[in-house]
Amino acid sequence: MADSPSSGSPVPPGSRLRTAVEAVGEAVLAVGRRGAATVRFAGEMTVVLGETARWIARSLLRPGVRFRRDALAAQMVRVGVRSIGIVALVQVFIGIILVLQLAPTLESYGQIEQVATVVAIATVRELGPLITAIVLSGFAGASIAAEIGAMKETEEIKALRAHALSPYHFLIMPRFLATVIMLGGLAVIADVVGVFGGFMTSWLVLDIPPQTYLDITQAALDPTDYLTGLFKAGVFGVLIALIACCEGLNVTGGAEGVGLATTSTVVKSIVALIGVDAVFTTVFYVLGI
Amino acid sequence: MESDVVISVQEVVKTFPRADGTPARVLDGVTFDVHRGETIVVMGGSGCGKSTLLNCLIGELPVDGGRILYHTARMPSSRDISGMSESELNELRKHLGILFQSGALFNSMSVADNIALPIREHSSVPARLIETIVTLKLEQVRMLEHRDKMPSQLSGGQKKRVGLARATALDPEILFYDEPSAGLDPVTSAAIDELIMDLSKKLLVTSVVVTHEMDSAFRIADRMVMLDRGRVLKVGSRADFEALRNAPPDTLTRHEERLMNQFLNGYGRGPLTDATGTSEFERLITAG
Ligand SMILES: Nc1ncnc2c1ncn2[C@@H]1O[C@H](COP(=O)(O)OP(=O)(O)OP(=O)(O)O)[C@@H](O)[C@H]1O
Ligand SMILES: [Mg+2]
Repeated sequence: MADSPSSGSPVPPGSRLRTAVEAVGEAVLAVGRRGAATVRFAGEMTVVLGETARWIARSLLRPGVRFRRDALAAQMVRVGVRSIGIVALVQVFIGIILVLQLAPTLESYGQIEQVATVVAIATVRELGPLITAIVLSGFAGASIAAEIGAMKETEEIKALRAHALSPYHFLIMPRFLATVIMLGGLAVIADVVGVFGGFMTSWLVLDIPPQTYLDITQAALDPTDYLTGLFKAGVFGVLIALIACCEGLNVTGGAEGVGLATTSTVVKSIVALIGVDAVFTTVFYVLGI
Repeated sequence: MESDVVISVQEVVKTFPRADGTPARVLDGVTFDVHRGETIVVMGGSGCGKSTLLNCLIGELPVDGGRILYHTARMPSSRDISGMSESELNELRKHLGILFQSGALFNSMSVADNIALPIREHSSVPARLIETIVTLKLEQVRMLEHRDKMPSQLSGGQKKRVGLARATALDPEILFYDEPSAGLDPVTSAAIDELIMDLSKKLLVTSVVVTHEMDSAFRIADRMVMLDRGRVLKVGSRADFEALRNAPPDTLTRHEERLMNQFLNGYGRGPLTDATGTSEFERLITAG
């Protein structure tokens, strides 16, 4: 296509420059739209968090409002118990990988036993909560989003409201609490299993005496390590539950909408989890915790 | 507001944003009254805003203009639904029963639990008595033998009947029905109509029925409201509408009357399909 030099626009149409300018413009606009959507979604998450907190407080404080323990128990089984196996399996692998990746470097310093320290700190402070949360976002987050989305599509949520029953009390609260509690519990299991994976590998592959490994592990960890890990796990649980519930409540457009919500839940959760983890780690580092 | 008016719908406007962001008026100044104990049928073509109107009436959608005044037996004076707080709205909703277009049963609960849930949550009735009430409600809709099934094991008509049993669980004062007989065979649809009339007589409820099934509408209605593209064309008694339906089209002079005549009779040709009375298809043919 020939460019006409007498064109009124400073950049002739169809030129490479124009295409590039358009592409950059499009990209900036797309980023802007993304940003706006993210801010809106964060706003929705805040609303859901507020409503859920209100209902938790109500059911704890007001005698007439049921806590719905049976629903909570059912959700805990569904969210947590079913994912124990996978969390444990993944965490053992992580323990093995950590040890084998670090061994050559530590050996060159003549500090091979210190692999126990690294495994302990990395697992308890970081990988235990994070990997568990990532597994759970695929496991529980996606299924919560799909379930709530389907309920929205079949007008079940509308029907709850029409019966003067709050979807926050009935649907969101038990799923929210179950995710937070079970993520905490699973993170503890993940810590133990991860350290166990490192321990077995060190013993069987690196010939580090078991007692030495355990002593070093014990010396490496102090209570703040456990607490920061558990704190992170709790926050991760809140994030996954809120993202899944918001995605579910936002579903429109039938089965396709439900499918989109599940994918979007996993993607948003993973980005949010790692992002928030980075922020926390920075804060803890600066504060020296 | 007259003393026997339970719901007064006044100049209600509801808009939805179009794809380009401009507002589309789905309800455009809708006005009518619902009297105590009557069965009022809101009719209109697909997409004319019937479900939207129902959602506004039950407080599920906020209106953009006008008022929806409620004056139930439990209320000392009439109240605008958009001025109610969440807890006031919930108090009102305990006295409303709603049958949704799809039944909207809670899919994770059995038929019996679907009906028991509102009773369990909103009353202090002991468990044994709840069982009895559930049995009674299921008997009323002739679904007792299905009480332990899950909603996924029911047919569309059965779901609607369970939905109806659930809507009546708390003995509501006003019952709303969204397309109660749509998608059902003529016999089941007639059976649902019988149920609606039965409930209105036995429980002395006020019923608001939204439908585009004319046979069903004429069977159950005391009064009727005709909607067209978000506007009320006519409010009148069943007899008024019967007269309008039975009138030969060429004796009708007003455009709206001819429009309603076409709709009530379900004619394929008329002012609804085209302003000039010829169908789009016909015009294409004659235009070559
Ligand atoms: N949430 C929404 N957002 C945008 N437009 C909507 C929304 N809900 C309904 N509409 C539009 O409002 C109009 C009326 O819809 P409504 O569902 O009230 O129709 P209806 O009379 O119930 O139709 P039917 O008889 O097919 O059930 C339609 O044109 C529809 O596209
Ligand atoms: Mg409808």
